[in-house]
Amino acid sequence: MSQRRVELTLTVNGQRYEAAVEPRKTLADTLREDCGLTGTHLGCEHGVCGACTVLVDDEPVRSCLMFAVQCGSQAIRTVEGLADGDRLHPIQQAFWEHHGLQCGFCTPGFLMLATSVLESRPDIGDEELREVLASNLCRCTGYQNIITSVHAARDQMRS
Amino acid sequence: MRWTGRSLRRFEDPALVRGLGRFVADVADQHRGTLHAAFVRSPVPAGEIRSIEAPPGAPVLTAESFPGIRTMCARLDRPDFVALETPVLASDAVRHPGEPVALVVAGSRAEAEDLAEQVVVDIEATRPVLDATAATDPDAPTVHAGLDMPMGNNVVLDARFATEGLEAAFEEADEIVALDIRAHRQNALPIEARGALAAHDRGTGRTTLTAANQMPHMLRTALADILDIGEAELRVVTPEVGGAFGQKMCVPREYVALVAAARLLGATIAWIEDRSENLLASWHSRDHSYLLRGAFNRSGMLLGLDADIVCNIGAYSNYPVTFGVEPLMAMAELPGPYRLSQYRVRSRAVTTNMCPIAPYRGVSRPVLTLAMERLMDTAARRLDLDPVEIRRANLVSEFPYSMPTGLPVDPGSYVETLDAAVEALDLEGFRRRQQQAAAEGRYLGVGFSVFGERTGYGTPAFAARAMEITPGYETVQLEMNPSGDVTARIGASPHGQGLATALSQLLADELGVEPRQVAVVHGDTDTTPYGWGTFASRSMVIAGGAAKLAAERLAAQLREIAAHHLEASPDDIRLEDGSAVVAGTSVGVTLPEIARIAHHSSHLLPAPMEPGLSVSATYDPGGTFSNACHAAVVEVDPDTGHVRLERFVVIADAGLEVNPMIVEGQIHGGVTQGIANALYEELVTDDDGNLLTASLMDFLPPTVCEVPLIEVTHVQTITDASITGAKGVGEGGAIGAPAAVLNAISDALSPLGIEVDEMPATPSRVRELIRRAQSTTTGGPT
Ligand code: FES
Ligand code: FES
Repeated sequence: MSQRRVELTLTVNGQRYEAAVEPRKTLADTLREDCGLTGTHLGCEHGVCGACTVLVDDEPVRSCLMFAVQCGSQAIRTVEGLADGDRLHPIQQAFWEHHGLQCGFCTPGFLMLATSVLESRPDIGDEELREVLASNLCRCTGYQNIITSVHAARDQMRS
Repeated sequence: MRWTGRSLRRFEDPALVRGLGRFVADVADQHRGTLHAAFVRSPVPAGEIRSIEAPPGAPVLTAESFPGIRTMCARLDRPDFVALETPVLASDAVRHPGEPVALVVAGSRAEAEDLAEQVVVDIEATRPVLDATAATDPDAPTVHAGLDMPMGNNVVLDARFATEGLEAAFEEADEIVALDIRAHRQNALPIEARGALAAHDRGTGRTTLTAANQMPHMLRTALADILDIGEAELRVVTPEVGGAFGQKMCVPREYVALVAAARLLGATIAWIEDRSENLLASWHSRDHSYLLRGAFNRSGMLLGLDADIVCNIGAYSNYPVTFGVEPLMAMAELPGPYRLSQYRVRSRAVTTNMCPIAPYRGVSRPVLTLAMERLMDTAARRLDLDPVEIRRANLVSEFPYSMPTGLPVDPGSYVETLDAAVEALDLEGFRRRQQQAAAEGRYLGVGFSVFGERTGYGTPAFAARAMEITPGYETVQLEMNPSGDVTARIGASPHGQGLATALSQLLADELGVEPRQVAVVHGDTDTTPYGWGTFASRSMVIAGGAAKLAAERLAAQLREIAAHHLEASPDDIRLEDGSAVVAGTSVGVTLPEIARIAHHSSHLLPAPMEPGLSVSATYDPGGTFSNACHAAVVEVDPDTGHVRLERFVVIADAGLEVNPMIVEGQIHGGVTQGIANALYEELVTDDDGNLLTASLMDFLPPTVCEVPLIEVTHVQTITDASITGAKGVGEGGAIGAPAAVLNAISDALSPLGIEVDEMPATPSRVRELIRRAQSTTTGGPT
């Protein structure tokens, strides 16, 4: 049943959003419904597919498994914050160039996951990178071009 | 310079990588005042509804709320078919777990789900029947009680075909190989589950359904028919769609109920399916069994094939293609690319208390390919022949070829792709490595799968199934705007295939413009010509064909105007680099100039040409076959039953490749689903019909760690069965991979005498086979 709403301020992509949400409302739903940021997608709502991956204080999290009320003081980053105006982030550019997406539904989750790992570990090796990317599911690409894309972005971001 | 054949980056992608693609849930969440629906579903597979009780005043809609609504019923016009009617909401009986019984509407999805939980549906559960073979027993419960079942209990299609000399072929045989092939129940599992948003405009009286769907025009027709309203009152929009693979092709009961509710309440209502609902009660797939007998002579020639195919189609028919698509495709295409003159087949659809089945990538072909390829490998082992040799001996190599069912096979590269796969694998080298590994107690194996994929099904192909609703053609409307840019409106409905990019490449070549000057409009019944949507690897063949025909018409008109303007002959005009030039000269006029004349100075047009630059064309091909050879190398861990894929080689022939990057992506994705189908994914139900795999913790799509590098080589056989030369590629990966994987496991375990005929070959199944093999050879369990 509906619950008392809690007022909170979320900082997403450097912008502040005021929202009044039920304590049970997930971060994903809050981003989508209260902040209007629908780039974060929901593929399972139980923590397996990773489509909902966003960065909370630069760490990748499943936003379907986190409540919005847990995030009042942290910096949240979503896919909408990757590009700099019209200039795509290297990871976005790499997915475009290497056909790292087909339907694009899983893509925001993969982009955020890859961004966090490449930012925190620019020298990560292929094998470990593969294991990190195994956190998320894609049903269209067979992953091969996702790997190619992330490798390309890694090289680009290092140089 | 031609655009066709180039791996152009996709025009679809910049929005998607920025999170600016709009999927149906995004449209719903961005629309202010959207109400949300949740469905109350049957917890049991079979039973009688006694009552439905809702909290007082709760907005709960049941079948009674929609008195004028019809049942959903698609038919095949053939005597061996029993039509099944699907109520939009169950009112008297429930026939599968998760069947929708009522619809609850609230201000948010969470509130709707809360309310749905408070609705009490009193169902008197009855004994269900879950297995297709068990369902045909006269004593089994009848799923649709009261319906006449002349072909046997729960048998809703019983199709047969036989050539005359079948018995003689079996008498003549040196070896008869019998197989029992099983493909268990699976789910296409697009990462975006299903979902729709119905918005009723009380002013105009029109309702717009924005839906995750592959066939928007068909959906509109179905809604109009079922709700008994005019088609003009409806608009169907398919925004970005997050993968579909067949699951978003057929008309869901939920979408119909949603439109009815929106019209009843004069509201905008969204239903976004959750993953558990999706696994439980969207459409399921596969669930086929084949009893197969092949008659071979000593040198491995296939003399005759005898098959008994049973498809568990679940509780209801899908709409519009019906449950007949599974058994009928299986029987028509089973012989595949192997020369065969004697063929007998019986193919049944059986209704059970399981979730209904709808086409999933490849439909019956992953299973029929598995059946034929297991047959070839098993026969080779029995006859002590090489699996490559037995295939070479039987494969079609002269064209056109006609299957025993009369199906024509256009030129392809069956033997060539097999040979190329053998070379890519270094088969001899592998066999040496396999022997060395065996000496160390390791089990390595290689498996091949050669198949033809019938694509570009036009109306004649579907009409052969006697479908009341016969899909097939596509129409493309082309318009050159006054600025010289081109708008292409298509009835196809891409959802991840990059069709807009590929079509604009094709059109650019025909019209002498750049691809970025072509806008492809799709997925809106208000703005696109009637068509059948995107499924069955058809879009580049059929929508591509229609685009080419339309472009030829538009090009002819452009040449005529240019010729008139330049005082030349239209035959001498070439369209290139944005201009119409007189061949061999520098005399020309730009396309924007021609376009301005056509639209803004139409008095200057040659008589009797009409103003504007707008043409339309339809293409309805007879069908073609793309083909491929897949080869898998595996290592099986005998202690755990775990299968590790070491290599996966694909030699693919999809005819002309308009955008090779996109083609390769389709192959990667298809093969990955094929591997998933072969090894991991299964919907498991307990004896009471409860789904045990209702989350992604239990239904296991592969991650990047389970998928090997997919090594693709492209071959392009161009035939005149497709006017663009493209043969279609969407499903091939999923069709060939299961057979290659199961053949490889069987090869690996051949020292133990194991043949793997069941998919998915999960670790527990593989372990069970090993345990059984070892207990028969050692006399005791291990
Ligand atoms: S939606 Fe969050 S992990 Fe799938
Ligand atoms: S691109 Fe469709 S799910 Fe990944």
